[in-house]
Amino acid sequence: MPPDLWQLYSLMFKCRRFEEAVAKLWHDGLISGEMHLGTGEEAIVAGVVSLLQEGDALALDHRGTAALLVRGVDPVLLVRELLGYPEGLCGGRGGHMHLFSQPHLAVSSGIVGASGPAATGFGLAAQYQNPGAVAVAFFGEGAMNQGMLLESLNLAAVWQLPVIFVCKNDGWAITSTDGSMTAGDLNERARGLGVPVIEIDGRDVSDVWQAAQTALERARSGQGPTFLHARCVHFEAHFLGFQLLRMVRHPLREMPRVAVPLTHAILKKDGEPFRIRLAGLRKVLAAVWRTVRDPRRGLAHDPLWRTRRLLRADLSRLQAMENDLTREVDHIIASALVGVPS
Amino acid sequence: MKKMSFTQAVDDALAQAMAKDPQIIVFGEDIPLLRRELLVRFGPQRVRGTPISESAFVGAAVTAAMAGLRPVVELYMVDFLGVCLDALLNHAAKVEAFSGGKWSVPLVVRAPCGGGYGDGGQHEQSLWGWLAHIPGLTVVVPATPADAGGLFLTALQHEGPVVFLEHKLLSESWLEFLGSGGRQTVQYNVPEAGARGEVPQIWKPLPLGQAIERRPGGDVMIVSAAVGVHRALEAAESLEQQGISAGVLDLRSVSPLDTTALRAAAQNTGRLCVVDEDYEGFGLSGEVAAVVLEAGIPVQFSRVCTQSTIPYARHLEDQVLPNRERIVAAVQNMMS
Repeated sequence: MPPDLWQLYSLMFKCRRFEEAVAKLWHDGLISGEMHLGTGEEAIVAGVVSLLQEGDALALDHRGTAALLVRGVDPVLLVRELLGYPEGLCGGRGGHMHLFSQPHLAVSSGIVGASGPAATGFGLAAQYQNPGAVAVAFFGEGAMNQGMLLESLNLAAVWQLPVIFVCKNDGWAITSTDGSMTAGDLNERARGLGVPVIEIDGRDVSDVWQAAQTALERARSGQGPTFLHARCVHFEAHFLGFQLLRMVRHPLREMPRVAVPLTHAILKKDGEPFRIRLAGLRKVLAAVWRTVRDPRRGLAHDPLWRTRRLLRADLSRLQAMENDLTREVDHIIASALVGVPS
Repeated sequence: MKKMSFTQAVDDALAQAMAKDPQIIVFGEDIPLLRRELLVRFGPQRVRGTPISESAFVGAAVTAAMAGLRPVVELYMVDFLGVCLDALLNHAAKVEAFSGGKWSVPLVVRAPCGGGYGDGGQHEQSLWGWLAHIPGLTVVVPATPADAGGLFLTALQHEGPVVFLEHKLLSESWLEFLGSGGRQTVQYNVPEAGARGEVPQIWKPLPLGQAIERRPGGDVMIVSAAVGVHRALEAAESLEQQGISAGVLDLRSVSPLDTTALRAAAQNTGRLCVVDEDYEGFGLSGEVAAVVLEAGIPVQFSRVCTQSTIPYARHLEDQVLPNRERIVAAVQNMMS
């Protein structure tokens, strides 16, 4: 059975509008600390989460707001949580990195890699008391260097637990590109721990949906875990206000602040010989350069744009749907902001 | 005298030491970007990025130190020590004892700590009492740029493992990186005297375990560390207007703890109020009480600490973390 692209597109579109609205709240100062958006990974979120059923569990990382939206958590409660309102999903006590919904068996954590053991435990509970149910872990490729996640892959494999390990690989672990920090091959890692791998294009929602379907069937029928390796791009990089992106987007404003102390440092009298200093400078410039020329931030890598192309034949339906969803998200934000006693 | 921000002072003291001692190397997550000024002065061999693998790189720092390097290993936040505590708890802290005093671990773990900017309870803990609980670890918690630089130099020269905690509210660069992200639309209650201040021309090490009286007081001594010191100073101002003379003692290191200064403060004022942003139970505040009681000094005691998981919402967080109002109330209660 092929996926319903209209349904998946509507989920992705809603996630995008929702997170754009969250970004605005953050820029307006209504959210105080960090904010990690998932814009760019909507195909992975929609493709996997739309297939979950009652009794299935979801273990999220620090970037889990959109997944909860797709899972059916009340969006007004989500926004109110991000705003720190007592009427929020977690009484304003959790925030976007610590979102919990017991009815959805959904947890999140700001500790990199923690979704691995979390999903494994949900998988154990499912295997023991609710056969047929599954647990899904979402994490980035940076988390694949965290021991607890690799240990979870092994445990899920030896216990044949119904866990889908979804690696959302955008190629960046905060400020590092994966080649510089991750040795070997992630698929080989998972296979080496006894977990079968499906590699997919995380920008292609059909691809994700098909792979998730396969993995879920395996898990539901007691055949154990799967490692879904999905490549994607994060348009806002690690978090909103990410220093490297700011330098690229507003060079005149941001560069002097970075360049002046850097120049002082390179000219200081004590230290290593100039040749070694230059090697250091090259490393700094390379990080900026990689951010500037990251080709994946282009439209062609946007999962929404790619799906929309396929639906354009019926443009009036498409636009009507987008308008409805935009209004719906506007209404969610408005309801979250009003209706709350200050 | 020149002025520096808190993190600038630490980096400057570190650079001064690195220029003299080639055995000092620095590594941690995103360090090439976060410590780019050290990178361009000392090169990529000495200033390195690591994968998000705390167990590996903190564990590796322990034996690198045992083999003769002087590693400074950085964590994004002290909270993330939860991922790799074994390296400190069961290894770094114990090698000297296990080896009969023949082998030591000259390692500095540098980590931002503390709350006040709305990042939630997994990213804003203090944990210095929890770390100081472990014999063999030195835990330094400075409150001013001058102390931060001087104590960092001390930490680098120390022959055992040191956890050096930088409160994020005092650190302009951490607050910018993790909090505002370049926005002008958010405000944080930053104690100015802690975030920026005068520093010496050349860094000299400051002694460990030596508290400093930030303000004299005859009726009560408020004992604190890091941001708490500045909250205590604010409270002392308010108390003065009510005719209460409150002093403020800045511990500067939690382990070793300046027990002499604590006993003297208890003796002189008869009243101690501990302001501790770390958790209340089984921590620094209880330790201070034990020090004074064991010395047989009769004292009135109160504490203003963090009692629960730190809530995400800023208005709730501001109540949970020690603040001026709570300190004033605690002291008034002792005086009445």
